[in-house]
Amino acid sequence: MEQVIFYCFAALLLFASSMVITVRNPVRAALFLILAFFTSAGIWLLLDAEFLAMTLVLVYVGAVMVLFLFVVMMLDIDLAPLQEGFTQYLPLGIFVAALITIEMIAVLGASHFGLDIVAAPIAHPEGYSNTKEIGLLLYTIYVYPFEIASVILTVAIIAAITLTLREKKSKSQDIDKQIKVQAKDRVRIVKMEAVKKQESES
Amino acid sequence: MDSIIALTNWVTEQTVLYTVIKIAAIIVPLMLGVAYLTYAERKVIGYIQVRIGPNRVGPFGLLQPIADGLKLALKEVIFPAKSNLYLFLVAPVLAIGPALAAWAVMPFDATLTLANIDAGLLYILAITSMGVYGIVIAGWASNSRYAFLGALRSAAQVVSYEIAMGFALVGVLIAAGSLNLGEIITAQQGGFWNWYWLPLFPLFVVYFISGVAETNRAPFDVSEGESEIVAGFHVEYSGMAFAVFFLAEYADMILISMLASVLFMGGWLSPFQGIAGLEALFSWVPGIIWLLMKTCIFLFLYLWLRATFPRYRYDQIMRLGWKVFIPVTLVWLVVVATAQVFDIGPWFTEAVL
Repeated sequence: MEQVIFYCFAALLLFASSMVITVRNPVRAALFLILAFFTSAGIWLLLDAEFLAMTLVLVYVGAVMVLFLFVVMMLDIDLAPLQEGFTQYLPLGIFVAALITIEMIAVLGASHFGLDIVAAPIAHPEGYSNTKEIGLLLYTIYVYPFEIASVILTVAIIAAITLTLREKKSKSQDIDKQIKVQAKDRVRIVKMEAVKKQESES
Repeated sequence: MDSIIALTNWVTEQTVLYTVIKIAAIIVPLMLGVAYLTYAERKVIGYIQVRIGPNRVGPFGLLQPIADGLKLALKEVIFPAKSNLYLFLVAPVLAIGPALAAWAVMPFDATLTLANIDAGLLYILAITSMGVYGIVIAGWASNSRYAFLGALRSAAQVVSYEIAMGFALVGVLIAAGSLNLGEIITAQQGGFWNWYWLPLFPLFVVYFISGVAETNRAPFDVSEGESEIVAGFHVEYSGMAFAVFFLAEYADMILISMLASVLFMGGWLSPFQGIAGLEALFSWVPGIIWLLMKTCIFLFLYLWLRATFPRYRYDQIMRLGWKVFIPVTLVWLVVVATAQVFDIGPWFTEAVL
């Protein structure tokens, strides 16, 4: 049963990821990428890695891809100039693709990740919590790399925010001032005496 | 009698069939709940605005949601000529799928759960975060400016408020020491003052308001702001396709309300726990009744908010999410973590790990 599910997910993943690069419409490509993330989360679930699977869906499907889709939808991409020179660059493309494939086989092939080197994952006993295991590892053995990674991310956040903080010359609004505003700042009630019309003017 | 026992035995043996029956036992009451939530909404807002609300179909207008549903089901579904037809049809499905799937881990009672999984809270966060795709894809596939603007507004808003919401949930799981929803409820054992709404009060408020924003309800309903963009992302939808968006929105409202009562108001625990006379007096009430009553309080809050507040301006929504809620949750997370380390009060004494 588990094998059937695995092969279903694997086939779906391969289909989705090949559609990402072949489909013409960029929005559809992004949607297929979402499907690919979702199916790989399914495969991770089969490995009892529920924390990783859920986080993949939460972070990539739920946040990153939404923003990605946001940008792709707003761009009105004209496909014709992108496809120009396809045949011209084809040999180079094939060469690079072949190179990458060979590299991947050399690094990830059976000589490094075969069953005799990396054992097949064993079925975990009931009550095994992947979340707890990851938490223990992250905060004990790998605590320094974890902390360093978080510091780097914080630096990146601050950098990204400072990039957007330019001097505002356009009609930007200061919301704090807007909220503090009260009726007496905006409306001035002027009391005036009624004046009788002068007859002599006419 | 024997035949009934034999039948139930046979049913429990068929795990797939049994699960399907259990799923139906959740979804059918949920759909009924959605139907009568629309009725309650119109009645409550009616009374708040000194009107009567629907009162023509059936006694007190009670059959109104049935009539509305029938009408929507019989209407023609119109496909805009230049829309992306496939995605146009997939969008409502993507909206309602997550809204229903999240219910799988909801603990209705001490033992009444469809799937009692370990990472229940993470599952709900992950699944509900996918609900926005229905709206975004609907807006894009309609090939209409109004729908597209609605989709863009919704995408940015949902992503922003998800962060504040996630942090609020992190506070709960620090306090409970578990991601399992059932264990989060049992960690709140001990009556009204032991529930998490008190020690996690800022997170509780942030969670519920973010929940209102996540479900695109008033005053955060800019994705369908009628005054600016007609009806937002579902302008082009009609008939049943429109009804499915409606179902998803209301199912999400019920989900957020029930989650708020599970995470902060003790779920199916009785509010009279620990009070000598009342606890025994109300001990016959099943837990699910308490849970539903708490859920109804939050649903009423939804309707009350809608009838009271005008729609937020878009930049103010973003400001509230990023500059108010996220700092508040971050500060309170530090407070909660400190309290957990020093075992403060009855709330943080649970042994972690």
